Amino acid sequence: MSAVIFWQLVLGFGAISLVSVGGGIAVLPEMHRLVVEVHGWMSDADFARRFALAQAAPGPNVLVVGLFGWHVGGVLGMLTATLAMTLPTSLLAFGFSRLRTRLAGRFWLRVTERGLVPIAVGLIAASGLILAQGTATGWVAAVLTACSTVFVWRTDYSPLWVLGAGALVGLAFL
Amino acid sequence: MTEDPAPRPVPTLIDLFLTYGRIGLIGFGGINAWARRVLVEEKRWLTDQEYAETLGLGQVLPGPNALNAAIMVGDRFHGTAGAIAAPGAMFGGPLILLAGLAMFYDAYGEVPVVQAVLAGVAAAAAGMVLGTAAKMTQKIRPPPALLAVGLVALLAAGVFRVPLPYTVLGLAPFGILGAWRALRAK
Repeated sequence: MSAVIFWQLVLGFGAISLVSVGGGIAVLPEMHRLVVEVHGWMSDADFARRFALAQAAPGPNVLVVGLFGWHVGGVLGMLTATLAMTLPTSLLAFGFSRLRTRLAGRFWLRVTERGLVPIAVGLIAASGLILAQGTATGWVAAVLTACSTVFVWRTDYSPLWVLGAGALVGLAFL
Repeated sequence: MTEDPAPRPVPTLIDLFLTYGRIGLIGFGGINAWARRVLVEEKRWLTDQEYAETLGLGQVLPGPNALNAAIMVGDRFHGTAGAIAAPGAMFGGPLILLAGLAMFYDAYGEVPVVQAVLAGVAAAAAGMVLGTAAKMTQKIRPPPALLAVGLVALLAAGVFRVPLPYTVLGLAPFGILGAWRALRAK
């Protein structure tokens, strides 16, 4: 990986991370602009395939930037892109965490924390819905998603059971 | 609140590291639903309310929200060391896995069996994420005003695809107003 690409990764993803309010995936269009349109590192189809792979794999969704880095600079590119995307905002979150500890119990902080709870839960539901729209390619997949929803909602068994079942159903019917 | 009153265990630093490593590696469909499952239900380090509050703050700050939440959870239990251990483990495991997958996928990604299994797992993971949101809502039991804010967040981000910064920052004042009225009424 050349020094030029190293700095392009650092500056490109570092800048994107600072505007990624709401989560790493919120800035996917920005990432597309950076890696496909500005630098021409990969085609549209490559971009979509990398994104699909990161979605299918476990782990934070934002790790897709690691795959973009991998594409242009191998292991070193992967590490560079991931750190550029996560380190600046991590320092910010850490500073905020300290402030939060210091201000713990203040009425307005408690109000703010509680007020953000429905947004957090609503966005989890929204991401589930978006995932489901992408995966519901036929009635088998849709029924699988619906059963998995009810299972996780109404029981306390590990969700790994439904993922295992999903793998088997996929193998048999999809 | 609505949670059971039994004292909550405090993790050691090693616990924190290993647990977040596990969350990262089983985190299909995104981290948040799994972090809640492990931290609230399995380990009982946090209540549903505490987890949702931490995640909510993580969403308002820039950066991946699961990462921001991991930093705050790590800091809460073990200060700076915890704030490094939790997100480090959460990213480290999946990153190694992803490097392997990237190589595997380049070689076998077009094989139909691999695609079928991935499609099945992805469909189940989508349901897991939806089920988690339903479960959290049921446990937290938000007052009607906050429930409405949550539903608007779901519609805005999930149906109308409003960019997340607008959804988060646009709804935050309404959520805070709702929480203020609910807390003041007590």
